[in-house]
Amino acid sequence: MTLLSVRELVTEFSTDEGTVRAVDGVSFDLPTGGTLGIVGESGCGKSVTALSIMGLLPQPNGRIASGEVVYEGENLAMASEVRRQAIRGAEVSMIFQEPMTALNPVHTIGRQLTEVVALHTNQSAAEQISTATDMLARVGIPEPAIRMTEYPHQLSGGMRQRVVIAIALICQPNLVIADEPTTALDVTIQAQILELIRTLQNDTGMAMIMITHDLGVIAETCEQVVVMYAGQVVEQGTVFDIFDSPKHPYTRGLLASIPTLDNQPKAPLEIIPGMVPSLHELPKACRFANRCTFAEARCEIEAPPIEVLSSSHQVRCLKWAQL
Amino acid sequence: MTAPLLEVNDLKMHFPIKSGLFSRAKTFNRAVDGVSLSIQPGETVGLVGESGCGKSTLGRCIARLYQPTEGRVYFKGNDLVHLSHKALLPYRQNIQMIFQDPMESLNARHTVGEILEEPFIIHGIGDAQSRRRSVAKLLDTVGLPSRSATRYPFEFSGGQRQRIGIARAIALNPELIICDEPVSALDVSIQSQILNLLMDLQQEYNLAYLFIAHDLAVVKHISDRVLIMYLGQIVESAASETIYQSPLHPYTQSLISAIPIPDPHRKTNRILLQGDVPSPIAPPSGCRFHTRCPVAEPRCSETAPSLLEAETQHDARCLLINSQ
Ligand SMILES: Nc1ncnc2c1ncn2[C@@H]1O[C@H](COP(=O)(O)OP(=O)(O)OP(=O)(O)O)[C@@H](O)[C@H]1O
Ligand SMILES: Nc1ncnc2c1ncn2[C@@H]1O[C@H](COP(=O)(O)OP(=O)(O)OP(=O)(O)O)[C@@H](O)[C@H]1O
Ligand SMILES: [Mg+2]
Ligand SMILES: [Mg+2]
Repeated sequence: MTLLSVRELVTEFSTDEGTVRAVDGVSFDLPTGGTLGIVGESGCGKSVTALSIMGLLPQPNGRIASGEVVYEGENLAMASEVRRQAIRGAEVSMIFQEPMTALNPVHTIGRQLTEVVALHTNQSAAEQISTATDMLARVGIPEPAIRMTEYPHQLSGGMRQRVVIAIALICQPNLVIADEPTTALDVTIQAQILELIRTLQNDTGMAMIMITHDLGVIAETCEQVVVMYAGQVVEQGTVFDIFDSPKHPYTRGLLASIPTLDNQPKAPLEIIPGMVPSLHELPKACRFANRCTFAEARCEIEAPPIEVLSSSHQVRCLKWAQL
Repeated sequence: MTAPLLEVNDLKMHFPIKSGLFSRAKTFNRAVDGVSLSIQPGETVGLVGESGCGKSTLGRCIARLYQPTEGRVYFKGNDLVHLSHKALLPYRQNIQMIFQDPMESLNARHTVGEILEEPFIIHGIGDAQSRRRSVAKLLDTVGLPSRSATRYPFEFSGGQRQRIGIARAIALNPELIICDEPVSALDVSIQSQILNLLMDLQQEYNLAYLFIAHDLAVVKHISDRVLIMYLGQIVESAASETIYQSPLHPYTQSLISAIPIPDPHRKTNRILLQGDVPSPIAPPSGCRFHTRCPVAEPRCSETAPSLLEAETQHDARCLLINSQ
């Protein structure tokens, strides 16, 4: 069953230099309990997509210009703020990249957890405290009862990120959006956190959207992958479609340019030449054409549509069949 | 083996911690606590370890941005630690640094041309005209258009700014560059451009690198040898291939097993560690890793292991390995 369906989502910001379209026609479906990864260059619209789904776009200059965010049959893009608030935290929640900005520095860890429980359940104060303490224990925080009384600055980075995860999961949401949940962490701590998320997902059957620039994390945690470039989806498919037979030149470039442990040491790495275009001067046709080794004249004239290669695999490239 | 370009002996950097106003008992952050290493001309030595383990501090001590608390830093046989500022100047030319965020090290109010000219001026090299030629050549070497000289750092993307940082580092033909997370802030597609540039420059100028990074795949790709650091100390060192194929130290083993592999068919066998990295202000007794070590024995909390050669050219700091 489809839990979340994002349809032709367009998100815009008004800026001093005019309106910019940060997300331009993004569509994907996420089944109940499924895990979908979003990858792409910095600034390609991953976080804005997440914030659009959550209804947390910065106000007043950010807005969903068109498209739908259908959660369990309800279009959240049209829902009232009251309705969205009820869904946020209880059914859909988000783990932010930088734990310090997600936590309130002047409140104890315990208060930040119990607040969420109080908002979405009718537990007594004592029940809230025991729910919160249990959740901290589940995310692997030692001596949770003591940690409940402490403030964010008293915790290490890895522990703070665990608290952020605990807050996101405490009401057992159906969907959690994790925006670079481990980017700021060391690999050994990252491994602990990813394992933790996996266990919790197995236990509760929640679905997840994992946003990351780390293709290793994607390969290990996701079933489906969405590759974004300059605000658009350029390719999507199962993790096997994307890693075994990538079709878009950007996806291919991305996969080829990461050093892996099997690489020939010191061999030149594959590169994608050039840089991402600015949102203020997006190419009219294919947005990747100016960096693409396979581009030809028509790529600069004709905007490529999304083409369906199989029931799971889609690509936005005029030349995919010839590559 | 040829004479090493750089040799570091038992280097320590202890930052004093301000405790209470009237407290006499001084506590220290033992950020670097007895590190020895050597780097050959033209060699890349990778330095890996968790956040806060002392990598940047070690790099800064070698570049003499910090005055180490104890120990020796020999560059081509000359001890740098006890040189005066003036006597140090010719060595500064020879040891350069590249940082994670070049914006921090590039003066935002100067044009790129001025930034690149500065090392020549400080070291009194050439006249205005020859300096301008050098700047143009540097820009070309790092793959930036020559018109960049009249622009300011903020006008460039992250990857381009890193190119500017590299251009400045190589301006005076150094023999050693300390690269402190030079690609960590860059997108994957830009990261490989910069890594290729660093490898090309090494070929061309026989540069040696101390390459500090979080990404173990990147370190493996670029390094001849790798040092693994934990809480201020080196816990393992070996040829790059060796350390990834057959790590000896339990910390290295868990570190390597934790790397996410970009291949959905591969099932990884994780050695998950418990708990967080302890603080270098009060490091654990005995072996510093024993609090998180999956195979620690009681003696590990009592006896501090030394870094010993466990196999040929392969050192490890672990009681369980070295006592066999
Ligand atoms: N409040 C805002 N006002 C104007 N533009 C914005 C705003 N927030 C984001 N943008 C723009 O929208 C684009 C997409 O940003 P987004 O944060 O989604 O990128 P991202 O893919 O998450 O990148 P990263 O990997 O760096 O986190 C960027 O070009 C950004 O500059
Ligand atoms: N100038 C300084 N004064 C006092 N303490 C410092 C200073 N620089 C670093 N430290 C401390 O020394 C320890 C080692 O820090 P360092 O920056 O060398 O770690 P690192 O391995 O480079 O970490 P990261 O991977 O996060 O960059 C830390 O506890 C840090 O807080
Ligand atoms: Mg983002
Ligand atoms: Mg550092």
